[in-house]
Parts: sequence; C-alpha cells; structure tokens
Amino acid sequence: MEEELTRESICQHENLVYSRTSLMTPKALSYCPGCGHGTAHRLIMEVIEEMNLQSQTIGVAPVGCSVLAYDFLDIDMQQAAHGRAPAVATGIKRLLPDKFVFTYQGDGDLAAIGTGETIHACNRGENICIFFVNNGIYGMTGGQMAPTTLPNMKTATSPYGRDVVTMGYPLKITEMVAMLPGTCFVTRQSVHTPANVRKTKKAIQKAVQCQLDKKGLSFVEIVSNCNSGWKMTPLESNKWMEENMFPVFPLGDIKVPKS
Amino acid sequence: MAKVKGEIVINSERCKGCELCVPVCQQKTIAMSDKLNSKGYHYAMSINDECNGCINCALICPDGVISVYRVKLNDAAIA
Repeated sequence: MEEELTRESICQHENLVYSRTSLMTPKALSYCPGCGHGTAHRLIMEVIEEMNLQSQTIGVAPVGCSVLAYDFLDIDMQQAAHGRAPAVATGIKRLLPDKFVFTYQGDGDLAAIGTGETIHACNRGENICIFFVNNGIYGMTGGQMAPTTLPNMKTATSPYGRDVVTMGYPLKITEMVAMLPGTCFVTRQSVHTPANVRKTKKAIQKAVQCQLDKKGLSFVEIVSNCNSGWKMTPLESNKWMEENMFPVFPLGDIKVPKS
Repeated sequence: MAKVKGEIVINSERCKGCELCVPVCQQKTIAMSDKLNSKGYHYAMSINDECNGCINCALICPDGVISVYRVKLNDAAIA
C-alpha cells in the first residue's frame, strides 16, 4: 500500500481547487444564513477575477439587502438612490466608456421604485450589465409584498395572501425588457443548486462579454430565496422556490445575442 | 476505489449554519456540529474522509467559507 495521504498532505496550496475569491473583501457578509445574495456576489467577483477586470470595473450598489455590497466587493463601487442604479450606471458608462459598469439590484429596487429607470436604460440600450436578484419580497424592511410577490403568497403587507384582484400579478420585468430592442442578452438563472450556480456563472460571463463587445445591455435575473422573509429554513425555502417561483419565473435564456 | 481524494477546509467561525452544503455532498462528508461558533451558529464540519473534491459544497455556500483541495491518487502513489 502506498504512503498514507494525510489531511495535511492534501491541504497544500498546489492541490487547492476552489476557495473564496480574493475579490471579495474579508468582511463577513451581512446576509441571513442561506441567502442567495452571497453566492451571487461571489459569482460576479469570480467572473471579474477570471476576466482580469478588477481595476476597470465600477459597480453600482442598490438600496435593499445588498445596500452594503460595496463593503463586500473589492472593486470601485457607487451607491445609487433607491431604484436609480441603471441611471447612475448610464452616467458612469457614458463618461467612462472603457470601464466595465454593472448594477446589482434586488426586486424591490429594480422592479418597484426603479421600474422607470430600468425600462428606459434597457430601451436606450445602454452598454451596461444589470444583475437582478429576485426573491419576490422586500427582504431588508421585513418581508413586505413586492411587485414580484407570487399570487396568494403571504407577506407582512398581504397577510391573507396576495389577492390578484386588488394587488395585481407578479411583474415579469425580465420578459418585459427582453422585448426591447436595446437589450442584447436577457436570461433568468438561480443559485440554489451547484448545477444552477455553474449555469449562472456562465450567464454572467456571457453578460460581461456582451458589454466588452459593446453589444448593448445585458440583463441577468437570479431567482433567489429569502428564507427570513418567507419564514422558512434555507433548505425549505429552496424547495419552495423550485415548486412555486419557477412556474411563474421559468429559468433559462430569454434573449440571446446574435453572433 | 476512488481515483481522486479530496479534502475540505471550513472556516467554522464564518459559517452561518444554513445547512445548504449538507444535502449537496454526495459522499455525506458534511454534517452540522453540536457545538456553536462565536456567532452562535451550529457550523458545518467534515465528518469522514470520503470527500472526492467535487466542490459542490463550496459552490453552494453563500458565504464562501469552504475551500476544497483535491489530489489524484495515482500521482500521490508515484510521489
């Protein structure tokens, strides 16, 4: 029998196959246990690291749970007023067209107060990337109903469930922006399984490449859980998301760039 | 016989005990500890040496606390 492999002999730097990217700051993330925001942050930073864009990236942070994104992402960041991230990113990209500019927004930011900015930035075909984390609820403020909340879903402000007669239907903003000629790549992904994490990373790579190729606006929606807002454990919330969110928000590419 | 051997290192002080890594590990290498870390979470830990370094746990971990190492057994035998 060959020499016994010890834990110490395996855990050497040359054998490292995966670790948290150095483009994430050492700070502990402020998100709840099991929240998809952390994975989404990490994937964006991994892509930026692999494409060697750290020094030329400017991110725009939203208002919401990810308001402190500038604390965790080791790149140049700008904080925008609630919902105005696409407008701020438009300004940055027009003044500094050689920079890689992206916004990172939640559903309360992008699809509620920022609907106008989002749609018009997409319609103008600004050459930016929008990363949209959709968890169907206002997480930071305590689980109120968002435009993306599912029908009959109970939230703090719809305690008997969202009644579509008085409160409307879930807003499928990703499908809406896909219809606009200004967008080049529109996709919906998730980060609840390792396979989906890999697919999401590929989608982010494609979105970044579209911007580098000056093809127009790329829009990546990441359907995520909000276990605190949904009042579930992380594992239950991922299962609930598969069963309830995905029929309304089906995963996959909605619009792919013409090669 | 496994052709590769893996090992995970979990930053237990950073782990928030969400348990997402437990079901994605097909080797059943990860379990939650009975002890708490300084934040009060039951942290994930490696409980056997069946790990094959598939990195599923590290991909799913929202806080990125898991580092994965992997060696090919044939290479190790030669060395």
